[in-house]
Formats: sequence, C-alpha cells, structure tokens
Amino acid sequence: MTIGLGHYLAVGAILFTLGILGIFLNRKNIIIILMSIELILLAVNINLVAFSTFIGDIVGQVFAMLVLTVAAAEAAIGLAILVVYFRNRGSIAVDDVSLMKG
Amino acid sequence: MIQAIVFLPLIGCIIAGLISIVGAHARNPSGDEVERHADAHGHGEAAVDQDAGVIHASSHEPDGNGHDDHHAAEPAAAGSRPAELITTGLLMIAAVLSWVVLVDVGFGHNDARIALFPWITSGDLQVAWALRVDTLTAVMLVVVNTISSLVHLYSIGYMDEDPYRPRFFSYLSLFTFAMLMLVTADNLVQLFFGWEGVGLASYLLIGFWYHKPSANAAAIKAFIVNRIGDFGFALGIFAVFMLIGSVDYETIFAAAPGLTGKTINFFGWHADALTLTCLLLFMGAMGKSAQFLLHTWLPDAMEGPTPVSALIHAATMVTAGVFMVARLSPLFELSPTAQAFVMFIGATTAMFAATVGLVQNDIKRIVAYSTCSQLGYMFVAMGAGAYSVGMFHLFTHAFFKALLFLGSGSVIYAMHHEQDIRNMGGLKDRIPFTYLVMVIGTLALTGFPLTAGYFSKDAIIESAFASHNPLGPYGFLMTVIAAALTSFYSWRLIFKTFHGEPHDREHYEAAHESPLWMLVPIGILAAGSILAGFPFRELFAGHGVEEFFRESLKMNPHIIEDMHQIPESIAILPTVMMAVGFLVSWLFYIRRPYLPVELADQQPLLYQFLLNKWYFDELYDLIFVRPTKWLGRFLWKVGDGYIIDGFGPDGVSAWVLDVTRNVVRLQTGYLYHYAFAMLIGAAGLITWFMFGAGG
Repeated sequence: MTIGLGHYLAVGAILFTLGILGIFLNRKNIIIILMSIELILLAVNINLVAFSTFIGDIVGQVFAMLVLTVAAAEAAIGLAILVVYFRNRGSIAVDDVSLMKG
Repeated sequence: MIQAIVFLPLIGCIIAGLISIVGAHARNPSGDEVERHADAHGHGEAAVDQDAGVIHASSHEPDGNGHDDHHAAEPAAAGSRPAELITTGLLMIAAVLSWVVLVDVGFGHNDARIALFPWITSGDLQVAWALRVDTLTAVMLVVVNTISSLVHLYSIGYMDEDPYRPRFFSYLSLFTFAMLMLVTADNLVQLFFGWEGVGLASYLLIGFWYHKPSANAAAIKAFIVNRIGDFGFALGIFAVFMLIGSVDYETIFAAAPGLTGKTINFFGWHADALTLTCLLLFMGAMGKSAQFLLHTWLPDAMEGPTPVSALIHAATMVTAGVFMVARLSPLFELSPTAQAFVMFIGATTAMFAATVGLVQNDIKRIVAYSTCSQLGYMFVAMGAGAYSVGMFHLFTHAFFKALLFLGSGSVIYAMHHEQDIRNMGGLKDRIPFTYLVMVIGTLALTGFPLTAGYFSKDAIIESAFASHNPLGPYGFLMTVIAAALTSFYSWRLIFKTFHGEPHDREHYEAAHESPLWMLVPIGILAAGSILAGFPFRELFAGHGVEEFFRESLKMNPHIIEDMHQIPESIAILPTVMMAVGFLVSWLFYIRRPYLPVELADQQPLLYQFLLNKWYFDELYDLIFVRPTKWLGRFLWKVGDGYIIDGFGPDGVSAWVLDVTRNVVRLQTGYLYHYAFAMLIGAAGLITWFMFGAGG
C-alpha cells in the first residue's frame, strides 16, 4: 500500500479533531488547552508539508517553519500568562476561569 | 364701610389661620410623629414632649359610638382664646355695620357700587372685583353677618373642649367672607367665586373632625353634589356670556328683555335662550340650596359641628341659591317656563322634605329636613314672582332656623353629645332656658300668629295662590300640606325631647344648662325670631316693597296686589293647618303615645319609605355611585394596569429588561463555550463560502 496524500490529510484531520475535542471536553486544566492548540497547529503543519511535497512547491514548508515559530512564541506567552494567572488566583482549572460571566 | 364689612372677616380668618398654623407647628415641630418619639429619648424636655405625642396619637382613634361631638383629651392649641375673640369681635363689628348699611341703603336709597380692581381682561371678557350694595345685598349682609357673629359667639362655648379651635374659627370666618363676596358680587364671575368659596368652607367645616370617616364622607358628598349643581351654574354663566357678551349684572339686565324669543341651538334642539339659561342657572341654585334631587348632601352635612349646621346649613349658605334667583330676577321674570320649573321644584322639595322629617330620630336631621323644606317654600315664592316675599322668608328663616339649630346644639351639649330624640325626654325641667327658646323657634317655624315665620310663610302661601304660574295651584297645595307636616314634626321634636318621661335616668340627671357663651346668642336669636316678622312685613311683602327694594328686584308687577285680595278663607288656611299639625302631634306624643307605634306597625311600607328618605341615597348609589365606581375600577385595572402599564412605557421597559437578562445569560464566562461558538462560526462561514456564495 502506498502512502498517498489522502493518508497525510487524514492524519492531519485526526490531529485537528483531537485538538478541538481537547479544548471542548477538557474541564480541568488550561495547559491542556494550550497543548490542544499546539495539536491543531501541528495538524495544519502536516497539511502544509503534505501539500507542499505533493505539489513540489517549497513555499508550503517555509510556511510550516513560520507556523512553528509562531506556535513557540504563542506557547511561551501563553505559559507566562498562565503563571501570572496562577499566582493571582491560585487556580488554573478551566471551570474556575469564568470572569467574563455576565 | 362696605369694604370693612366684607374684609373684616377675611382679616379674622387670616389671623386665626396663622394662629392655627403656628400652634400646629409648636405642637408637632418635626411634622412627623414617629421621628418626634425617637427624638424624645435623647432630649432633656423629653417627658413633656412624649406625653403630648401619646395624647395626640390617642385622639386620632376613630370614635365609633356615633356621637356627634368629639371629646379630645388633648390640650387646646395655644392662642385659642385670642383667635376666638379676634374673629368674633371682627364679625360683631361687621354685623353692626351691616345694619347701618341696611338702613342707609333701604331707607336712605344710597345704593353703592365700589370698584376694587380689575380681575380678568381677556378679549371681550371684562371682569372686575367690585362691591355692589343695593337693598337685596344689604338684607343678605345683615342676615349673614348677624347670624355669623352669633354663631361665632356660640361656638366659643360649644367648642370649648375641642383642641383645634383656631382652625375652626378661621374656617368660620373664611365662610363668612366667601358668603359676603357672593352677596356683594357685581358680576356673575364674582358671584361664582363666592359660590365656590362657600362650597369650600362648607367642605372644610363638615369635615372639621377629619378623623371621623363619616364626617369625611359627608364632606365629600356635599362637595360632589354641589359640583353637579355648579356644573349647570357654570354652563348658565357661559350661556349668558354667549348671548350678551358680558357678565356684569347691569349689562345683562339691560340686555335681557331683548332676548325674548331668541333660541339657542343645543344639539339640534332649538331651545328658548332665556329659559335654557335660567334653568341652567337654577341648577346651581338647586345644588347649593339642597332642592329636590340634589338635596341628599344636606342631611349628611349634619356630621359637622352644630354651630356649622346652624350657620351654613340653615341660615346662610343654603340660601345662596335663593339669593341668586332673586338677584337674577330680571332674567327669571322673562321666562315663565323657568318660573314654573322653579315653582315645581320648590313645592316638591317643601313637601318631600317635610314628609321625611316626620319620622327621623336624629334631632339635627329633623331640623335639617325642615331647612330643606323651608328652602322649598322660598323657591315657591320665587316661582310665583314674589321675590321679595321669598327674601322675607329667607330673612326670618335665618333667625328661627339658626335658633333651632343652636338650641339643638344646646340640647346635645346638655345631653353629652346624645342626638337621638328617642333617648331624650322630660328635659324641660333640666334645661328650661333651652326649652323656652326651642319653643319660640318652633312657634316661628310653624307660623304661629305674630311670630316671624307667620308673616313670611303665610305670604309665601298667599303668593303661590295668587300667582299666575301654571303650577301655582300645585305650589299652593304642597305648601299648605307641608305647613301641617312642618307643625307636626316640629312639635314632635319638642315633645319627644322636652316632655314625657326621661328615657335614660342617668343622662337626665347629668343634663345641665349650657354656659352663658351659648345662651346669649340663643336668646338674641329667640328675640329675632319673634321680632323679625312684623316690623319688616310691609317692606318685604306689603306696599313698601317698591320703595324698599327698588331696582334690586324685578317683581311680578301684580303679585303683591293680588296677594292682598285673596279670600279670607285661603289666608287663614296655613294657620289652620299649623293648628292641625300641632294637635295631631300632641295627640300622638303626649296624649296617646302608643298611637305612632301602632301606625308605624300598620303601615310598615310607608314608614320604611319615609324613614329611608324615599330611598334616594340607595337610588343614587345604584344609578350613579356604583357605575362610576365600576368605571373607575375598570379604567384603573384594565385601562391603566393592563393596557398602559402592559404595553405602554412600563411594558416596553419591562420587555427590554427581560431581553437583556436573557442576553446576559449567554455570557457564561467559560472558555470552551466561546471556543465552541467560534468554531461553529468559523464552520458556518466556511460552509457559506463553499456552498452558498460559490453556488
């Protein structure tokens, strides 16, 4: 069996779905949400690299590198915010974080 | 001098009012009882202050025992005595001046017209404050000021237990002032001012004991019934202005003869202008003078203190309607239809009120119905065109009716505020002076020969007989029968109150003669009840009328002449009827006291019908009060509560609040909800791009 574009895309889709579910089903920890976002970004990266390989255009992979960079920065900032938030409120459980409740 | 007569009572009213206000302020500094109690705990003068508060509170408990007068444990307001003396003194001066004016105007022919200052200037409408004094006004000035000053004097004794005397005397003087403005008016608008002024004073005085629900109800009833009459009166004034373009008496009277035959288009009905105007004006008189159909307020007005009943509801205010018809005699004289109506209403009232008076048991109510009946007599004279005769009865009636009321007040005072004549009896030995004056008043009322009432009442009955009014015979018949009834119920009152066995030994023993403050005015009135007749007879109902009244009244030109030419048998008829009434009364209540009871048992329907005053109150309740209440309730509950509050401003604001409350609930604050919404949004957007916009 040859591994084709469809397989790559399927893996990306699965990862993406896992990431989405990770955001929704998770009621415990905001760090898990951050991780889920990473998963979504990775799914996107897989799609980009897969298309770039199959089309033969290097731009897709360059773009994937860019996404990685942004993801790293985002993770750093997100974690920093989390640390500060934890110091202030003593909890980072998702259910406790509802300051915007009307 | 005339200014002094009119404005002295106003000054008295203002002074007494100020004393009352200052006193009320001193009594209740914060204006709030609860707060004062709180203060009392902290302050040095706490004890006194608090005591006053407790008494004050207790005096507001409703006294449900149905007695007329109110015993207050509360100390009298500061300055009560000066307030009494000032108002009474000013009224006395005014009364003396009024007699001087009567002589000056009536015999010296010095009619006066004093312009004070302009009031309303609006387009064609010119109204000025002015005092007009001719004989008619001078007679009224004498009646009002004399009775009022005596009532003031009497009140000093009668109200000596009441803590709110300055207020009372202020109201009394206010009433007098309003009445004086009424009688000295030079135009219809000023007349209306006085008219409403006495209405206001009447309301205030009937409701003087404002903590009694029945007094409040009576005050409101009087006010509303009077407003119904005033509505017609106001329309009458409008009609006069529309027809003539002026409200000044002089202009009106000059223009009135030219209006005969003119018509007013009234909802497509061409009414005779003068008749319609007179009927509308007379409607006001009916309300103020408690004539048939609008009489219901007068007996209820007895809730007020007795001096008020004497002053307002017997002697002066209720005669305002009679005065008004006399004043506008040049109009009424031109409309035979209106005169017939006046005669009809007067005769019916005289009869109706007399029948009701037969069976009443409250001493003041009997006198009240008697007043109603006597006012009917006056209107009969007005309807006959014998205006001076009506004024004569007004003049004499003021004396003996005030006397009867003040005498009743003296009885009530002696009996410790007992008003039911069934609980009295045998009082003539305990309070001989009161007994004497009451008998004099009754003699005058029933028309005993040579008393005041004899001359005026006989003159009225003669005028009804001699009149060319189509309803003259009806008026004659009714007034003659009513004369017998009057005699019966008046003597019934005397016999039940003063003769026979005392019903309550304890009350009887405790009965005591009233203080001198009260006896002096009663004595003066008793003298007046005898003397007010004969000396004035020629002036009011004889050959001196032309000379005395001159232009102030426009009499039926032949009536006085005709009155003197009626058969002797007719002339003596009222006296015979009076004797019959007396004999029946004597038989019923002295000789055979079981007879009335048997009669009442034999004729239960008739008895109940009379006892319940022809069921007028019930009828009005059914026709007017209930539907009005129902309508008010409907508008309140459905119109305002449901429609306006439901769909109007309140409804919209409630709806907005509702929506926002639901919108707020969307903001849960949970991250995953926002994320989900974002995802759905993104998915929806993409779907739309792929299938919607693309396709």
